[in-house]
Amino acid sequence: MSDLQTQTLVPQLDTIFPDWVRPDDRAGYQGYIVETEHLLAVAKALRDTYGYDLLSSVTGVDYLPEGKLEVVYHVFRTTGGPIFVYKVQVPRDNPVVPSLVPLYPGAELQEREAYDLLGIRFEGHPDLRRILTWEGFAGHPLRKDWHEPYFEEEAKPYKSRWPEGQVRRAEDLNPFADNVDYPAGFDPESLVPDADDTLYKTLFRVQQAQHPEIKTDAIVVNLGPQHPSTHGVFRMVALLEGEKILDLKPVMGYLHRNHEKIAERNTFLQNMPFTDRLDYIASMSNNFAYALAVEKLMGVQPPERAEYIRVIMAELTRIVSHFIAVGFLLNDLGAFFTPSLYGIKERELIVDIFEMVSGSRMMCNYFRFGGLARDMSPEAVQKTKELVNDRLPRKIDEFDRYLTENEIVRQRCEGVGVLTPEDAIALSATGPVLRASGVPYDVRRAEPYSIYDRFDFDVAYGLHGDIYDRYLVRMEEMRQSVRILKQALRDLPEGPIMTGKPAYQVRVPAGESYGRVEGPKGELGFYLVSNGKPNPWRYHVRAPTFINLTSLAPMSRGGKVADVVAILGSIDIVLGEVDR
Amino acid sequence: MSEQERRTEPYEIPEEMKSQVAVTTLDKIYNWGRSNSVWPMMFGLACCAIEMIATAASRYDFSRFGMEVMRPSPRQADVMIVSGTVTKKMIPTIVRLYNQMPEPKYVIAMGACACGGGPFKEGYTVVSGVDRFIPVDVYIVGCPPTPQSLLNGLITLQKKMEQESIATSRWYSKAPSQPIPIPVLGPDLMDPRKFDLIRQQSAAKKAAQTADGEVENE
Repeated sequence: MSDLQTQTLVPQLDTIFPDWVRPDDRAGYQGYIVETEHLLAVAKALRDTYGYDLLSSVTGVDYLPEGKLEVVYHVFRTTGGPIFVYKVQVPRDNPVVPSLVPLYPGAELQEREAYDLLGIRFEGHPDLRRILTWEGFAGHPLRKDWHEPYFEEEAKPYKSRWPEGQVRRAEDLNPFADNVDYPAGFDPESLVPDADDTLYKTLFRVQQAQHPEIKTDAIVVNLGPQHPSTHGVFRMVALLEGEKILDLKPVMGYLHRNHEKIAERNTFLQNMPFTDRLDYIASMSNNFAYALAVEKLMGVQPPERAEYIRVIMAELTRIVSHFIAVGFLLNDLGAFFTPSLYGIKERELIVDIFEMVSGSRMMCNYFRFGGLARDMSPEAVQKTKELVNDRLPRKIDEFDRYLTENEIVRQRCEGVGVLTPEDAIALSATGPVLRASGVPYDVRRAEPYSIYDRFDFDVAYGLHGDIYDRYLVRMEEMRQSVRILKQALRDLPEGPIMTGKPAYQVRVPAGESYGRVEGPKGELGFYLVSNGKPNPWRYHVRAPTFINLTSLAPMSRGGKVADVVAILGSIDIVLGEVDR
Repeated sequence: MSEQERRTEPYEIPEEMKSQVAVTTLDKIYNWGRSNSVWPMMFGLACCAIEMIATAASRYDFSRFGMEVMRPSPRQADVMIVSGTVTKKMIPTIVRLYNQMPEPKYVIAMGACACGGGPFKEGYTVVSGVDRFIPVDVYIVGCPPTPQSLLNGLITLQKKMEQESIATSRWYSKAPSQPIPIPVLGPDLMDPRKFDLIRQQSAAKKAAQTADGEVENE
C-alpha cells in the first residue's frame, strides 16, 4: 500500500495484527479488541503508520456479568474522517492496563478519571491519583456493584416513591438521614485526612528533578477553588520560583455531581435534561450530541425541519458561548465586567429565542430522539432572522472594533500561552484551542453530522497558538456561525418536527455508539452502551473542556502567575462539563 | 410614610422644619442603610452562577437595589449567594468562607441544588442542601431560577433585614457567635458534629455484617 492509502483508509487491524487483535463481534459493537500486553504496540502503529494522531476519548465500561472491565479508546485523524475505536479487556479483580500517556499525553486526565471512577490502574501513568473525588474516598463509584448512599434500585423508573400514597424522601432510607455512607466499623476520630499531601508531593517531585544538586525554595500557591478568575470552582496549584511558574496542577471535582452514575440509573429520555447541565452555557449543543448518539443506536433520522432547527439552535448556542468566553477572557485580563456586559446583552436576546421555543432560558431540554420537543413558532423564526441578519453582525463588529486592536489586549495575549500544533494534537486539545494552534480540525467538516454538509462556511484557525489567536478564532467562528444561520433560516422548510410518535420510553437496541458534535468548546462526545433495557448500561461524556485542561500545565510552565489566569480564560472552561 | 403613621406621629415638628427634618427610629434608619447596600460575595458554584451574572448585567441590573458591589473576599461581603450544586468536596470551603464573613451575614440558597440537592440529589458527592451546614435566610426555587426570581429573593432578604432590631441582633450580643465546624473529607463527608452518630452506625453495620457472616458459615 502506498503511504497515502495507509493514511486515509480505515485499517483492518485484525489482518494487520492477527495474533494481537480480534474484531469486536458483539452485536451492535464496532472496532477491535486488542490484547492488553500489545496495546502500546498497536496504538503506536495506529498513530505513526496509520495517522490516527489524536486520542479523543479514553473511558472504561464495567461489564459486571462477564466479570470484565473494558477500556475504550477513540482515536481520529486530524486530517478528517470517521472515528476509530479499539478496546482492551481486563479482569475485574485485577484491572491493570498499560498507560497511553507516553504515546498520547492527552490521556493523562482521562486515565486518572477512569482510575478514580472505575478503579482501572494504568501502569506507567506519571501521576495516577483520584481526580473527581478526593483521596481517601471509599470505592470506585461507576462500578456496577457500588451503591450510592441514597441507593433505591438499580434502574428507574423506581417501583414506588409514594408507598401507600405517602411521599417517601430519600433520607428516610438512609441510617444517617443524609447523603453519606461509611465502611463498617469505621471510626471517624482515627482517620487522618489526606489534606492534599499527595498532591503537594507530586509537585515537589518536579522541583527536585529540576535542581537535584542545590537546595532551592519554591512556593506553592493555591488559586481557587473560590477565586474570581477561575470561572467557577476550579483550583490550580502552582509551584513558583519568584513569579515564574515551575509547574502547575489543575485540581477539579468541586462540581462533580455524578452525572454518569445518575445517567446509568435514568432511562434514556430522562437524561436529556441532565445533558443541559453539563456545559450550561451551551445546553443545546449538549442535547444535540446526546440525541445523535441515541439516534445512531436506534437508527432513526429526524425530519428535515427538525434538522434545520437543530442547526439553528446549535449555532446560536455557539455565538452565546463565544460571546461569554471573550467577555470573561477580558475579565481575566483586568477589564472588569464591561466587555462581559456587552456579551451578556447579546446573550439575553438569544436566550429570549430559546425561551420562546423551549420555554426555558438556560436549560432548554429541547431535543428528542428523532426530532424536537416543540416546533419553532413563526414569531421565533422572525425574531431570529432579525437578530441574525441585522443585529448580531453589527455587534460582533463592535466587539472587534473595541478589542482586537486594543493595545493592552495585544500585549497581554500575543505570544503568551503558546501551544504548538504538534503539542495541541498530542495533548488531545479540540475546538478553538486546537484550531488556534493551526490545525483546522472541525467535526462539522471532518465528519459532518446532521446537515452540516449542506452549508457553506469556513473553518476558522490561527497560526500562532497563543491566547490572541484563540480569541481571534472565536471571533471568526461567531461570524461563520452567523453565515450558517443565514443559510439555515433562508432554507428552513415546513413540515413535521418529529419522526414517529413522541414516546417517554424509547426502545434502544443493544450495542454501543459514539455521537459527537463540534460544541462551542471542542469535540463533545457521548459514548453509550445499551443492553436493550430502558436504561443505558454505560453513559460517558467526552467533555471537551475537561480534556483541553490537560494542556493548561504545559502552556503555563515558564509563564507568570498573571498569565495563567489569562490562559485559563482562553481555554474557556465550564465547570459543569469539566467535573460532570 | 403612610397617612396613618403621620397622624400618630409622637413628635411635634415645627411647620418651618417639616421639609428638612425627618424623625424615625434608630432601627429603621440602620436597616434602611444596611438593606440598600448589600454586598454579595462573588462566588459562583454552577449553572445558577450564570443567571446570577445575568442578574448583575444590564437587563436586570441588581445595582438598582444597591447590590452591585460584588466582593471577591468574604471579609468584605454581607451576603453569600450559594448559586449552584454544593458538593462534598466543596462544602468545607463554603463553610470556611461563611465563617470568614463578618457579621451581620446572610445566606441565600439559589436554585434547587442549593436548597435541597435538586436534580442531582441522588448523586454520591452531592450535599442535600447547603442548609445542612450553614443557616440559610432565603431559599429561591428554580433550576436555575430566572433573574427575576433572584431579584425577588434579594428583595425578600431586604425585607427580612428591615424587620431586624439592633436590640436583639446576634452580632451585637455579648457572646461572639461560634464558627461552624468545618466538615472533614474521609471515606465520605463527615460533619464533626455527628461523629458519635457515625461511630454508632458503622459499629452497628459491622455487627450486622459479622452476624450475616456467621449465618452463612453455619
